[in-house]
Amino acid sequence: MSKRTRSNPLGIKLDRRAFLKGAALGLAGTALPLNKADASFWEAFFQKHFREMNETEIKKVIERLEKEYGQKYKKEIEVGNEKAIPGVLFGYGLDLSRCIGCRRCVYACVKENNQSRDPQIHWISVLRFKKGEKWIDLENSERYYNPAQVPEPGYFYMPVQCQQCENPPCVRACPTQATWKEPDGIVVIDYNWCIGCRYCMAACPYGARHFNWAEPNVPQEELNPETHYLGNRPRYRGTVEKCTFCIQRTRNGKYPACVEICPVGARKFGNLLDPNSEIRYAIEHKRVFRLKEDLNTYPKFYYFFAYGL
Amino acid sequence: MLGSRYKKFIYSAALIAPLSFLLFSYAEPAERDIPKFFVPPPPFSEGIFPCSQCHKYMPVNRKQRKLEQFHTDIVLKHMPGGWCFDCHNPDDRDKLRLANGKLVSFEESYYICGQCHGVVFRDWKTGLHGKRTGMWDGKKQYLLCVHCHWPHEPRFKPIQPLPPPVKPTDIK
Repeated sequence: MSKRTRSNPLGIKLDRRAFLKGAALGLAGTALPLNKADASFWEAFFQKHFREMNETEIKKVIERLEKEYGQKYKKEIEVGNEKAIPGVLFGYGLDLSRCIGCRRCVYACVKENNQSRDPQIHWISVLRFKKGEKWIDLENSERYYNPAQVPEPGYFYMPVQCQQCENPPCVRACPTQATWKEPDGIVVIDYNWCIGCRYCMAACPYGARHFNWAEPNVPQEELNPETHYLGNRPRYRGTVEKCTFCIQRTRNGKYPACVEICPVGARKFGNLLDPNSEIRYAIEHKRVFRLKEDLNTYPKFYYFFAYGL
Repeated sequence: MLGSRYKKFIYSAALIAPLSFLLFSYAEPAERDIPKFFVPPPPFSEGIFPCSQCHKYMPVNRKQRKLEQFHTDIVLKHMPGGWCFDCHNPDDRDKLRLANGKLVSFEESYYICGQCHGVVFRDWKTGLHGKRTGMWDGKKQYLLCVHCHWPHEPRFKPIQPLPPPVKPTDIK
C-alpha cells in the first residue's frame, strides 16, 4: 500500500500515521495543566500506587510531600510511614452507658487529624437517641442537638465513626484501589491515588467517609505536624478521608486522640489479639454489639453497656 | 489409744493443708491484680492535706452533725445516712479506713470505693472502667476514682457540649 499523504496550505507533507501520533500526543498534553510544570508536579503525576512502591520510592515520595507541605504551611511537617505491627489487630470499644454526648472527641479528632475547618469535616458524628424508642434506626437520630448541658435526661448518645470493618464494602467499591485494609485492621486511603468518585461513600453503611468538596482549610498554627502518609497528612481537594484509629499515634503505641480526650472514659482501645487487653475483657465480659451486624461487614468497633440492665 | 489420736492429727492436718493453701493462693492474686500503672496523686484542693495539720489538736467528735465551721461545702449525697468516719479514720486523719478496720492511704482510695462498688472495681482493675491514657501496649495512666467522681457527691456534673456540626442547609 502506498503512503497516502495530503498537502496543506503550509506545504508540510504529513502522512496519516504521523499526524495521528502528533494529535494523540497533543491531546495528552492538554490533559495536564502547563502552569504547574515543575518537577514535583510531574513526580506526583507519575507516582505509583502506595503498595507497589518499594522503600526507597516511598522515602522519595515522602520527602517530596514534606517539602510541599512545608512550603504550603510554612512549618516543618513530618510524614511518617510506620508499618503495621505484627500480631496486632486493633479493636475499639465504646461504653454507651457512660457517653454523655459532649462532643469532646469530635473536636479532638479534628485537631489531631487536620480535618478541614471550613468547609467543615467531622470524622466522628455523635448521634442522640431518645431512651426507650426504637433507636438503632440511625436515620431518625439527631446529630445537631445543642442543649446548654449534657447529658440530658431521657436521652442517650452514640458516637459513630469508621468501624474499620473486617469485610469493608468501601474497599470493594473503590475502582482505583486507593483504599484498602492494612494488616492491623485499619482501613486506609492513599490520598494521592484517590480520584474522588465517592463510590466508597455510597458503599459505606455507616456514613463514615467524608469528601473534600473544596480545598481543605486548616489554619497554619493549628496544623498537627506529626502525620502519617496514610493518616492525617494534609489532604487535597476532591479526595475522600476517614477515621484511621489515629494511625500516626496507635502505630507508635499511643491511644487515639478521642480515647485520650473522653472526659468520662467511655472509649476503649486495644489489641484484639492480646487476651489481656481491655477490649478483649469488654468482649468477653460485657454484652457487646456491632452496628448493622446484618450486613456482614464485621466491624472492629464494639458498642456495649458496661452497667448492663 | 495413742495411735488413734495420731491418726486424727494426720487426718486434720491433711484436711487443713490444702485448705490453707487455697486461702493463701486466693489472697495473693487479690493483692497482685491491682494495676502497677502510673496513678497520679489524689486531687486535693490547695492546703487541705495532710489533714493532721489541723486535726492533730482537735478532739474527735464522733457525733453525726451538720458541719458549720469547716468543710461546709461538703454535702454528703453519697450513701444516705452516711457520716465522715465511714471512710475517714478518726484517729489518724491522714488515712482512710475500710469497713474491716484496715487503714489505707489516700493514694489507694480505690479500696474504699471497691467495698461497695465491686463490679466497677473489677472493671477498673482490668482497665474497662475509667479513663486510660498513655500507651495501649505499655505504660498506661490509671486515674483514681476520685479524679472523676467527687467522693461526697459522685454523680457526674453535666457539662456544656461543644458546638454541633454545620447543617447542610446552613452551608452558604
